Amino acid sequence: MLRSRRSDYFAAAVLVAPFIAIFGWMFIYPTIQMVQLSFTKSPLIGAGEWIGFDNYVRMFEDRLFWTAVWNTAYFVLLTVIPGTAVALGIALMVSRLKGWTQSLILAMFFLPYILPVTVVHLIWDWMLNLQFGIAQYLIEPLAGKRVNVWRTTPWFMPMAALLTIWWTNGFSILLFLAGLRNIPRELYEAAQLDGGTRWQIFSKITWPLIWPVTALCLTIQLILQLKIFDQVYLFAQGGRTNATMVLVQYIYEQAFQKNAGGYAATIAVALFVIVVVASVLNYQFLRARDLGK
Amino acid sequence: MTDTTASRTTEVHHRRKRFDVGGVLLTILTILCAAIWFFPIYWSVMTTFKAEDEAVRPGFAPLPEAFNLESYAYIIQHSSMPIWYVNSTITSVAVTVIVVFVAACAGYAISQLRFPGRNLLWYIVLASFMVPVSALIVNHFVIIAGVRLLNTHAGIILPMLISPVTVIVYKQFFDGVPRDFREAAVVDGANEFQLLFRIFLPMNWGITTALAIITFIGAWNSFLWPFLAVQNERMMTVTVGITAVQDAFGVYYARLLAGAVLASLPVALAYLLFQKRVTQAITLSAGIKG
Repeated sequence: MLRSRRSDYFAAAVLVAPFIAIFGWMFIYPTIQMVQLSFTKSPLIGAGEWIGFDNYVRMFEDRLFWTAVWNTAYFVLLTVIPGTAVALGIALMVSRLKGWTQSLILAMFFLPYILPVTVVHLIWDWMLNLQFGIAQYLIEPLAGKRVNVWRTTPWFMPMAALLTIWWTNGFSILLFLAGLRNIPRELYEAAQLDGGTRWQIFSKITWPLIWPVTALCLTIQLILQLKIFDQVYLFAQGGRTNATMVLVQYIYEQAFQKNAGGYAATIAVALFVIVVVASVLNYQFLRARDLGK
Repeated sequence: MTDTTASRTTEVHHRRKRFDVGGVLLTILTILCAAIWFFPIYWSVMTTFKAEDEAVRPGFAPLPEAFNLESYAYIIQHSSMPIWYVNSTITSVAVTVIVVFVAACAGYAISQLRFPGRNLLWYIVLASFMVPVSALIVNHFVIIAGVRLLNTHAGIILPMLISPVTVIVYKQFFDGVPRDFREAAVVDGANEFQLLFRIFLPMNWGITTALAIITFIGAWNSFLWPFLAVQNERMMTVTVGITAVQDAFGVYYARLLAGAVLASLPVALAYLLFQKRVTQAITLSAGIKG
């Protein structure tokens, strides 16, 4: 017995060793190092003197930091709930279809999700091109003139949010479809037998039963969109970035353009805290709603 | 009683047939929405087949005058696209193989073995799920620079190996394997490694394929870290290359978009060929049984 337990330990050690090595080196260690770095006045590479909480004091007084916080929050607001609602709508439409029609229509909705972000950038840069973009035919009647979307601050975030929904929604659509498939058919048949309208069936059966999936999508989207960087960086490239700055972008700028490793780490700690707090609060809120029923 | 139910059923039946107008309208709406959703991709792909002067012509031309492949030929000959492809392939395949192998081992140990620290390890995996890896870019850069791996394949690969979700999916799958399999094999004298590689993994090839495809797509598409880790043009991945070196293409829209199409080709094919597996991997990684 003792022998078999010992060989168990040995096998376990060998099996988890690669994971612990990678996780320790690329995850735990950098996380500790990040906190440490945030208390120093270091350049990106090399040591710096210990300055206590100076970076944190500076951060709270830094107007650009608060702009980045605000823009990140604005972006989250524009993407998380609207995106999830759109995904549910699409999933409801797709779930009615059958066979190859369903596969085809689903593929058309899903395909953007598997594209690299730089491709998404090129596609939408072309669509919205000031001179030649085909989307300008829609923008012109709406705004009265052609709009250089990525150089016009009020247009920037809503448009970035719109194409982010276009790009990342496939994920939520698949989750909703799986959720809809799990709702027993008999419930719908019974409701139809009772003469329920489409809206009644949706609000009395589908919506309450799909709620756990909705909550899951909202949580995943929230955590994902708080980390927004790629799209905003790519579209703001070449222009003035301050007005549309988001948090990860600010970390990037401080570390790699201003060579302020210590201060960048401080902002990274802030982002870290925001994401953890948001996911814990979100979890508690959703749990409270579930228990309330 | 039976009578009324029967008459109600036929009534509903009639009503459903007559009122299916609503259903038809919904289907048309669905197709319309799908067409709009897909349009940017369609339009961009069509642009790549147009000559440059044709691409910037005003108005809406749904099809090119002739399907010419000059933009593609230009990109392949005049940019580092071929070498970016090699870089992307090496790094993405390496990330996929290592992530899946390491996660299968760890997931198996946590699921099937009892050892000190097992619960702690499991909680760390679960908790790390919500930690933003993009907050770690500064320190990843410092670490990779410290071991002199910037501008190398290994440098691109290392920070992309963190994938707690893969461990979670494996652990849950191995949990579902009936105890008898394990006991029978143990009686036959199999050790843990034989158990994992001869029984548990082959039993779950579907899951391994699904996880491998989604990991590959993610690695091929990842932008932020490969963008930071490489300055040397010849070490770039396709995803970074197509925007970082626009000079290679100039302001020629058909060429730029041809580069974009080439960059998405492997992931688009992976999705279209393994649609079911991709769906499975996504629903599993979110914790839903599809």
